[in-house]
Amino acid sequence: MPQPAHANASVVIDRLRAWKPESVSQVIENRGETTIVVPHKLLLATAKHCKEDPELNFNQLSDATCVDRFPNEPRFELNYQLLSIPRLARIRLRSSVSGQQPVIDSLEPLWPGANWLEREIFDLFGIRFEGHTDLRRILLPDEFEGAPLRRDFPVQGNR
Amino acid sequence: MTTVETAVGTSKTMVLNMGPQHPSTHGVLRVLLELDGENVVTAVPDLGYLHTGIEKSCEDKTYSQAITLTDRMDYLNPLGNNLVYCLAVEKLLGLEIPKRAQYIRVMMVELQRISSHLVWLGTHALDMGAMSVMLYCFREREEILKIFERFAGQRMMTSYIRIGGLALDPPAGWRELVKRFLDMMPARIDEYEELLTNNRIWHGRLKGVGYLPAETLIAMSTTGPGLRAAGVAFDNRKAFPYSSYEEFDFNVVTRTESDCFARYLVRVQEMRESLKIVRQAMAKITDQGPIKAEAPGIVPPQREKMKTEMEALIYHFKIFTEGFSPPPGEVYVPVESPRGELGCFIASDGSPKPLRVHFRGPSFVNLQALPLMVKGQLIADTVASIGTIDIVLGEVDR
Repeated sequence: MPQPAHANASVVIDRLRAWKPESVSQVIENRGETTIVVPHKLLLATAKHCKEDPELNFNQLSDATCVDRFPNEPRFELNYQLLSIPRLARIRLRSSVSGQQPVIDSLEPLWPGANWLEREIFDLFGIRFEGHTDLRRILLPDEFEGAPLRRDFPVQGNR
Repeated sequence: MTTVETAVGTSKTMVLNMGPQHPSTHGVLRVLLELDGENVVTAVPDLGYLHTGIEKSCEDKTYSQAITLTDRMDYLNPLGNNLVYCLAVEKLLGLEIPKRAQYIRVMMVELQRISSHLVWLGTHALDMGAMSVMLYCFREREEILKIFERFAGQRMMTSYIRIGGLALDPPAGWRELVKRFLDMMPARIDEYEELLTNNRIWHGRLKGVGYLPAETLIAMSTTGPGLRAAGVAFDNRKAFPYSSYEEFDFNVVTRTESDCFARYLVRVQEMRESLKIVRQAMAKITDQGPIKAEAPGIVPPQREKMKTEMEALIYHFKIFTEGFSPPPGEVYVPVESPRGELGCFIASDGSPKPLRVHFRGPSFVNLQALPLMVKGQLIADTVASIGTIDIVLGEVDR
């Protein structure tokens, strides 16, 4: 019987803390899932460590998404689901950026699959990813103004 | 990068627009092809023609209302979409689903997988010019849709899987219906293989086309048959079992060549494995038993109880007017859809409407690999590669 996806999360937390204690600013355990909150300036380095550390070996980025916590600050909470196919393990990394400066490092240099995932977040939330090779809208027309999935953008309306 | 405004190519290359209206793009997909004669130099997919704001609409609906929206994303796998969303909400709520409901869910989802692969095979063969295969596949799919209609009242957008279990009890006589399908199907799959697997033209069109090494596919976040055809035996049903899949005996089908032909073989064999699972599920499903969890306030009571008992009536009223509020938190649930890892990420803020629902669509993520697949190949191979990724635009665009 395979283990639950986040069963070995403690390995990840220990290795990250051993590498750089400030990379793990908070650990949230909820419903059998572990979320590691990473300061946004350390996200790229932490994700790189998760990928390249042979004990962690998170070789695939399953998903990247954003939650808009408006009107709370920091407003945009980015969630990255990492998957280690050899270890059959998952973990979630979370970083938050403020509404005034919604910029974060792109994870595309680590996992090219982040390309479209981050483009979608840029398109629908308006968050810029530094180091992304092709940051432009993906689902909405190029001329569209605004970021529709932000909480202050109405579900229905007229332009 | 080539946009419509800058798409002039160089003195050697020409930019051609493929789609969004095109018989071979499997939906409203637009691909800008920069061509050197008949060879593709770069391909730039342009998405969004089917974007309907499903994720945003989910935020405006209660948790149970959003189920009907999920049907319409990957419209060849509505039951799978229902399942991933309901599993995520049930995880948020900490709901235990009765085994009988789980087995019925597995059976329906595997039937859906077969019907999705049939559409894939039919349209892929049609793109390559094998038009009869299309009609044979759709003839079998018709039987599966009849089964869904008997179970859920709907052929496609069934919304049969609900939070807490299922919408309805299996209908009377369902065993004969499913058994008739199971008895007929293996010979039909053999028929498709007889037409295609050793066919010289099929080999010519598919072998060596759309090759990508496993490391590239993993790096591009590809999952599903595309990854398994490269030798990586990753299947969410085995790796992280959900909905009682750990009790079923089936194989994860892999190949190593990682070209269009290998993906064809993987999907055809997956249909056979799904038949195995449906047979086992049929044996496990008892004739009597619950189809929903007992969770007053979350799972609506049975209609007879609602019409006779006061508490049931009040629960029914509250569920359908206010909705229920899961505790705050986030979950991510991955399942294995016919296209790959279908994930549902839900963030709850403790209100009856979700704060954020995100669907990780395998078609969207797998389509990223298209430009790498078609580089240097012919336009005809582009058609083969788009088909082999098996995209459904409803899921790509949401």
